[in-house]
Amino acid sequence: MVGELEFEKPVLELKKKIAELKEFTAKTEVDLTEEIAKLEARLEKLERDIYENLKPWDRVQIARHPQRPTTLDYVPLLFTDFFECHGDRNFGDDEAIVGGIAKFHGLPVTIIGHQRGKDTKENIRRNFGMPHPEGYRKALRLMKQAEKFRRPIITFIDTKGAYPGKAAEERGQSEAIARNLFEMAGLRVPVICIVIGEGGSGGALALGVGNHLHMLENSTYSVISPEGAASILWRDAGKAKVAAEKMKITAPDLKELDIIDEIIPEVKGGAHKDTVLQSKAIEEVLRRSLKQLLPLSEEELIAQRYNKYRAIGRYTVAGEYIEIQS
Amino acid sequence: MLKDLFTKNTKKKKYATIPSTRLQQDVPEGIMSKCPQCKKIMYSKELAKNLKVCLECGYHYPMNARERLESFLDEGSFSEFDQDMMSGNPLNFPEYIEKLEQDRKKTDINEAVVVGKGLVDGHEAVVAVMDSTFRMGSMGSVVGEKITRAIEKADEWSLPFIIFTASGGARMQEGVLSLMQMAKTSAALKKYSNNGGLIITIMTHPTTGGVSASFASLGDYNLAEPGALIGFAGRRIIEQTIREKLPSDFQTAEFLLKRGQLDAVIPRAELREKIANILDIHESGGDVEW
Repeated sequence: MVGELEFEKPVLELKKKIAELKEFTAKTEVDLTEEIAKLEARLEKLERDIYENLKPWDRVQIARHPQRPTTLDYVPLLFTDFFECHGDRNFGDDEAIVGGIAKFHGLPVTIIGHQRGKDTKENIRRNFGMPHPEGYRKALRLMKQAEKFRRPIITFIDTKGAYPGKAAEERGQSEAIARNLFEMAGLRVPVICIVIGEGGSGGALALGVGNHLHMLENSTYSVISPEGAASILWRDAGKAKVAAEKMKITAPDLKELDIIDEIIPEVKGGAHKDTVLQSKAIEEVLRRSLKQLLPLSEEELIAQRYNKYRAIGRYTVAGEYIEIQS
Repeated sequence: MLKDLFTKNTKKKKYATIPSTRLQQDVPEGIMSKCPQCKKIMYSKELAKNLKVCLECGYHYPMNARERLESFLDEGSFSEFDQDMMSGNPLNFPEYIEKLEQDRKKTDINEAVVVGKGLVDGHEAVVAVMDSTFRMGSMGSVVGEKITRAIEKADEWSLPFIIFTASGGARMQEGVLSLMQMAKTSAALKKYSNNGGLIITIMTHPTTGGVSASFASLGDYNLAEPGALIGFAGRRIIEQTIREKLPSDFQTAEFLLKRGQLDAVIPRAELREKIANILDIHESGGDVEW
């Protein structure tokens, strides 16, 4: 099977065995029904054991799955009348970020998201979902447009990070990211951010300052990739698995740290197994978020967003541990 | 073994070792300093008097927070805030507490930023100075919180906010909490800015990663010291990604000035005067009589 992940091999092997037995039964008329039933019971248990006890590193693998649904996979399933807008009006159009206007159950919204490819050709076009400054500036332009027309903004976060390239530095990658954090904090419309894949550092955060922040169950959000952390801290990228655990990068970890609002449950084995079903779960959370945020005034929206980020951080003052709850 | 003992003895050096030329050039730390750029050897006292700028080539040595405050503010005008705020190791990250402890001993400060209020040639301002000798100036919860509180105080008192940045970026040992400090500090600046607050950032060597991609780049005036390394991604990562060698001046203050990313690159000796100039213009009201 294409794209199978290491940790789910036992499940897939057992599935294959059951299929073989079924085929054998059909061909030879030897009755193996009982055997098959036993194996199916075992499969059910095995699936539960594996998929309900995913380790951080397993989730990293799912978040990075080449077939994991992207922003543009979800857009037609969640919205109608999508019209894509291009360009930052200054330099160019960065296809690692997509954005545009659409309707969500009749409500006009602005959608912005990182965009990966699923094959080499598309990944080259999309720069593997790693934006340049013009991508972030396009996103900001669309956010300001949304603010002007009082449309809620929905962002999809899915990037390994901002592109570490020469041209990106020359055109002010840092400034572009910083500017988005700064401006997003002051937006007068509801902003809902959903991490759908990898949330890689500042490049992810640049679309991530919202009133609500949700994460798909198997997505990750991190200050640096586990490989990067391992090679800097222990000079051994092979310890990425340890770093993934220590750095607390999974949706359940971030929920526990009070960083995110909701964990959006995933289809068993990961969103890539059923994109349509997955979009239903996202739709439900999105609807709930909007219902909560739409009645808020502009001032309330800004204050709610400010307080949300203002409260993040843990430290001691004169030996006393301070942990602010949002 | 006994035999080994004998062989060792026979290999014993019968001559005095002469220090290598490299070692010979090394100078006793404290009294003398050697410029890492032009290799000139100077008296440390002389160097300190010259604001830690090489007398020969103008190389700007990194300054720690105390040295910076001393050289930048009017004598005795600084009062510090939140001096006793420390990291609580929120993720229970291995070896983190020990590393912090080491740096506290080494540097005499509790975290990678010092914040407070002081006078710049008579102009009152809230000032934050990052210190790259403490955990590479990296930003975790404490750095983010101290900077945010400083911005909020500047807002409350309607004072300018001046920050000297020096940082390798977000602190890994506090994971996503560090990342979110970028949003927290930027949001505080936005609020302050909306109330008319004046933001001056001076990027010093090095200002990279999550710090350059948040408050460091958000000044009304983005300034830098000569030769400072400023950028988002590290040189090595970029070289690996694009598979080409980068020019030697890549990501220097001068490089960024040329590409429109900075308002000015200001030598250390002129910083006080130039910033006082900006503060003076901002303090002057618009109601004049001609």
